[in-house]
Amino acid sequence: MSSETDFTLAVEDLTVSFDGFKAVDGLNLYVDRNELRVVIGPNGAGKTTVLDLICGKTKATTGSIKFKNHELTTLSEHEIVRAGVGRKFQTPSIYENLSVYENLEISYPAKRGVWGCLAFKRTAEIDQRVREIATEIFLQDSLDMEAGLLSHGQKQWLEIGMLLIQDPELLMLDEPVAGMSVKEREQTAELLNRIAKGRSVIVIEHDMEFVKNIAHKVTVLHQGKILAEGSMDKVQNDPKVIEVYLGH
Amino acid sequence: MTAIYKHILGGKQGAIGLAILAALIFLVLPLSLDIFRLNLVGKYLTYAFAAVSLVLLWGYGGILSLGQGVFFGLGGYCMAMFLKLEASSPENTAIQSTPGIPDFMDWNQLTQLPWFWQPFDSFGFTLFAILAVPALLAYIIGVAMFKRRVGGVYFSIITQAIAAIITILIVGQQGLTGGINGITDLKTLHGWDIRADSAKLFLYYLNGALLIGVILLSRFILSSKLGRLMLAMRDKEDRVRFSGYDVSNFKIFMFCVAAMISAVGGAMFTLQVGFMSPSFVGIVPSIEMVIFAAVGGRMSLIGAVYGALIVNFGKTFFSESFPELWLFLMGGLFIAVVMFFPNGLAGLYEKYGNQALAKLKGMLRKPAPPAEPVNEVAATPAREAA
Repeated sequence: MSSETDFTLAVEDLTVSFDGFKAVDGLNLYVDRNELRVVIGPNGAGKTTVLDLICGKTKATTGSIKFKNHELTTLSEHEIVRAGVGRKFQTPSIYENLSVYENLEISYPAKRGVWGCLAFKRTAEIDQRVREIATEIFLQDSLDMEAGLLSHGQKQWLEIGMLLIQDPELLMLDEPVAGMSVKEREQTAELLNRIAKGRSVIVIEHDMEFVKNIAHKVTVLHQGKILAEGSMDKVQNDPKVIEVYLGH
Repeated sequence: MTAIYKHILGGKQGAIGLAILAALIFLVLPLSLDIFRLNLVGKYLTYAFAAVSLVLLWGYGGILSLGQGVFFGLGGYCMAMFLKLEASSPENTAIQSTPGIPDFMDWNQLTQLPWFWQPFDSFGFTLFAILAVPALLAYIIGVAMFKRRVGGVYFSIITQAIAAIITILIVGQQGLTGGINGITDLKTLHGWDIRADSAKLFLYYLNGALLIGVILLSRFILSSKLGRLMLAMRDKEDRVRFSGYDVSNFKIFMFCVAAMISAVGGAMFTLQVGFMSPSFVGIVPSIEMVIFAAVGGRMSLIGAVYGALIVNFGKTFFSESFPELWLFLMGGLFIAVVMFFPNGLAGLYEKYGNQALAKLKGMLRKPAPPAEPVNEVAATPAREAA
């Protein structure tokens, strides 16, 4: 089991069962550095559950999740984050009562203990980093705005920015373009292609146009198992995939 | 300097609100009330500590504790134990079968001072215990609850149960705690008669100063990154957790801070009122404390003080005139706050007070500025102030 790999993420024989129902069943998934992987599949295929398992929100029944050869299944959520795994939720999950600036500042990876937070001071370095990220996620002009007032698409970007500021080596995004306009989708695709460099990214998405734009490799999940894996073209022409998913 | 002004005083708005409160506590009330009434206000202001602690914990942290009375009571009991030991010197208790122990112990056939009473001989230890005992209990409860992710309504119910348990424990262990009567007949502190008018006046001012100090401390916490994190946790706990923070540690910390703040109030209560009893520990006083904070505005530290004052004035007034009506009135008040002005008096002030003030300023531009309206609930806009 404890094989050394070169992959950033190596998921092996991962199973989680909720009262006997196997939401994820013997899953094997390997993601490389610099790779942008898209996971697709019909509703209830277990896509979000896989992300939940990797980031520690749900505990695996059996199997192993290795991140840079470190086992994640035994760590708690905040330890997994500190190890370098960032996760964006399906619905934008931001702090509506705080400003965009404060949202990013809180996510900056420093002083994450109780006493550290009391003593925390806004340094030039943090300020610069916040502004840098804000520019990257197209929100440089909204830094002082209360985050709750942003448009839906902007909230999605803000949450991506909150992950980017932590500079994770593995970034997991659950439906990052849901509710976005066509133009916002294009901008997001461009953003994802840019940030995938130097790290690994896993994206769950339904929008096939968008998937084509970003995916290096696509994994199709069905009933907790992998149905197909490969390039978008290969997957789209796979009869099994067409039957369970694309044909519907 | 500007950082202190901005963060701890809360900028111009916050500083004005605090100045009005300080003027009310230190000048207006002492000058207009006799010592009996002033002592009564002092008692109300000890509840304000608990209300302020709930603003931190509930308003900002979203953690509703229905057991702040426990910590208020523990602080009060620690102080009472010290004062009782001083009042029970062998000379004073010569007629007892065992001189030198508190009278209620003698009545309960105890012949020796229990071990946990002994360190309370020392005033230094007592001051330490007033903060440490409630903090320790809060820490234990906090670890047991928050590490297991118990939150929301469940946490509130458990704190309420703890309030009930502690009350039953105190009442049941009459020989050790003074039982239902509490610890009474407290007279002197290092020979200084706390019942004298001059002492009452001094304690009133000390209480006011401590309260202002606690508000400043709370503002410091809320204006730090920890304060923003509290708001963030209240909104999206999972996001905070998945940003690499151990959420439970922050909740435990805030719960301990709130416990210590309440305990200071309890200790000052004992000093000013001259006794401590289980009736300030249980479910009812704990819920009253929540009502003080809710009426004043759960997002406003200063509002909570006004909430404690106003509700208690109302309680004294109504329970003198219509004793059986008061509970219904208070229940009605709480429902009204929740339904019609969820941000309490501070919220009303923010909504209407600022407009009215601006209008007043416009009307009175030429003549001298108007006298400071005392009944103005000078609650500052919660976010900026805190």
